[in-house]
Amino acid sequence: MPETLVPALEELDAAFQEARSDPSFMRELQELLKHYVGRETPLYEAKRLSERLRGPRIFLKREDLAHTGAHKINNTLGQGLLARRTGKTRIIAETGAGQHGVAAATVAALLGMECVIYMGTLDMERQALNVARMRFLGAKVQPVESGSRSLKDAVNEAIRDWVTNVYNTHYILGSVVGPHPYPLMVREFQSVIGREARSQILEREGQLPDVLVACVGAGSNAIGFFSPFLDDAVEMIGVEAAGEGLESGRHAATLIAGSVGVLHGARSYLLQDGDGQIIEAHSIAAGLDYPGVGPEHSYLKDLGRVRYESATDWEALAAFHLLAETEGILPALESAHAIAYLIRSRENSDPQRMVIVCLSGRGDKDVAQVGQRMGMKS
Amino acid sequence: MTSAIDQVFDRLRGSGRCAFIPYLTGGFPDRATCVDILVALGNSGADIIEVGIPFSDPLADGPAIQWASRKALDNGMTVRGVFELVREARPRVAAPIVIMTYCNPLFAMGPAKFAAKAREAGVSGVIVPDLPVDEAEPWLDAASSHGLDTIFLAAPNTTLPRMREIVARTKGFLYYVSMTGVTGSSLTLTESLFQHISRIRSLSDIPVGVGFGVSSPEDARALAAVADAVIVGSEIIRRISAEKTTGSQVAAAARLAGSLNDALKNGGAGASPRATRQGVSFT
Repeated sequence: MPETLVPALEELDAAFQEARSDPSFMRELQELLKHYVGRETPLYEAKRLSERLRGPRIFLKREDLAHTGAHKINNTLGQGLLARRTGKTRIIAETGAGQHGVAAATVAALLGMECVIYMGTLDMERQALNVARMRFLGAKVQPVESGSRSLKDAVNEAIRDWVTNVYNTHYILGSVVGPHPYPLMVREFQSVIGREARSQILEREGQLPDVLVACVGAGSNAIGFFSPFLDDAVEMIGVEAAGEGLESGRHAATLIAGSVGVLHGARSYLLQDGDGQIIEAHSIAAGLDYPGVGPEHSYLKDLGRVRYESATDWEALAAFHLLAETEGILPALESAHAIAYLIRSRENSDPQRMVIVCLSGRGDKDVAQVGQRMGMKS
Repeated sequence: MTSAIDQVFDRLRGSGRCAFIPYLTGGFPDRATCVDILVALGNSGADIIEVGIPFSDPLADGPAIQWASRKALDNGMTVRGVFELVREARPRVAAPIVIMTYCNPLFAMGPAKFAAKAREAGVSGVIVPDLPVDEAEPWLDAASSHGLDTIFLAAPNTTLPRMREIVARTKGFLYYVSMTGVTGSSLTLTESLFQHISRIRSLSDIPVGVGFGVSSPEDARALAAVADAVIVGSEIIRRISAEKTTGSQVAAAARLAGSLNDALKNGGAGASPRATRQGVSFT
């Protein structure tokens, strides 16, 4: 991280530590999560999907039903309140699929703060709906033309903005990446997903699930979902984007196919060449299209605590259709990667087994893109 | 031990002058022209030359250096390629050469190997703009065992305790970032810039180079009043980019370097730079 950001990161770390032990801060956050976001989100048993797969019992943690349509709001609300607490008047954020951008713009509107969202022009094309939503919410969407014109480059541009406007601006990073305290802070704000799921399944079934499955781009929904279960005897699977196939080289499977390096202030697995140049990631799901991953995922991989698998673009598309047909739920293409893993892993067909999948977002934003892809195929 | 960079500052301080440090992205605009420009910069008064290793994600840099980095990488420039290019220019350039690299290429090669290769190529010091001083331990060891100066950055919002840590680990010169921002933004000379530099001087004798946003002889001249060195990068890239042929690219870089150096060495505007600097209070 550039030296200019070090004082800002230290200040943020101190503010976060102070806020999380301040009952009034936590109470305001809880109130908003309940009455504004609509938490807790349901834990829904997808019986027709289980039947179709002749698989285990499948439960969906419905983050797609949270306000703005994805889990991203859990984090932006927490960071937004923190920004206000530290006296910042301006919010910036990066976005890939646009879900984080929408969630950041929403919170900026709620708190009456100026908001600029950095978004790669490639992502602006494929997520036009979310670009419009952000603009209606009063945010300025700043197109990023550099590099791969997607998430990584939007992060670069947001960091450059923050370096320039560090005195009045808070950078709401959208995932468990970047320098400390972001990976910790974002995990804490997202762990509401796992805490709710854990108590919901215990209340309903009287026992813990056997397996948790979540998609992993940079990894915020997965970390938030997994972390409250880390001490339990529960198997965990993170599903990365295999894009056009791992062997094609056009993918975003950082943990499976990457090597250790430093990007955006975190040491973690990366897609990079022998010279340490970052390789562009590729996925049909803009929110997974990132060549790095949260450092805690790298740690959990090295420990062997979480198993990382992958699903290709086509597998994700097939899962998108299957969930729509069997359950009447259009998943985000990101979340469809987690469903795609279930389709592939037929080995767990014991009908007594319980799997919870984190359905991190809804698929409305992807409708145009999926239609186009299907049209291209036929 | 006195490094080549120390010698530059000893010499200039003796005569009360400010050092000129031009920056060029290694491999920009192409490999051969880059070597010719380095030589031309040396002949136009550069006291130290900074050569950047192009990186895919240069997050401390503005559009000009981002563009130059992209172009150099597209031309096939590599980390080893930059070292080779420096080695080739070395006999034709009297000024010490320092390397600027983001930390990922450095760690990908490994600090020890990177330091050894840099030294072998004739590099005198290394700047790593995204490596905070408190995470630099492995690099500091490698650099010092190969006699490379470790040039750290300090910013306008750097706190006093951190500034102490930074100056303690800095060798050669301290790279003071003139503003909160990225390279190539526009410079505003404020009273606080001068105060910050005075504060650094009260902590250490380390020479202070000022960079980020310096583009004109007027900027350079004003900074010469307080700085030991002035670093100019984006404007050089912009001048090169505006030209089409190799000859005119080299000439444009040399012309800008000559005018900046003249502003720094001859003070222009009348007042002796050192005299002005002494006028800044050390409160």
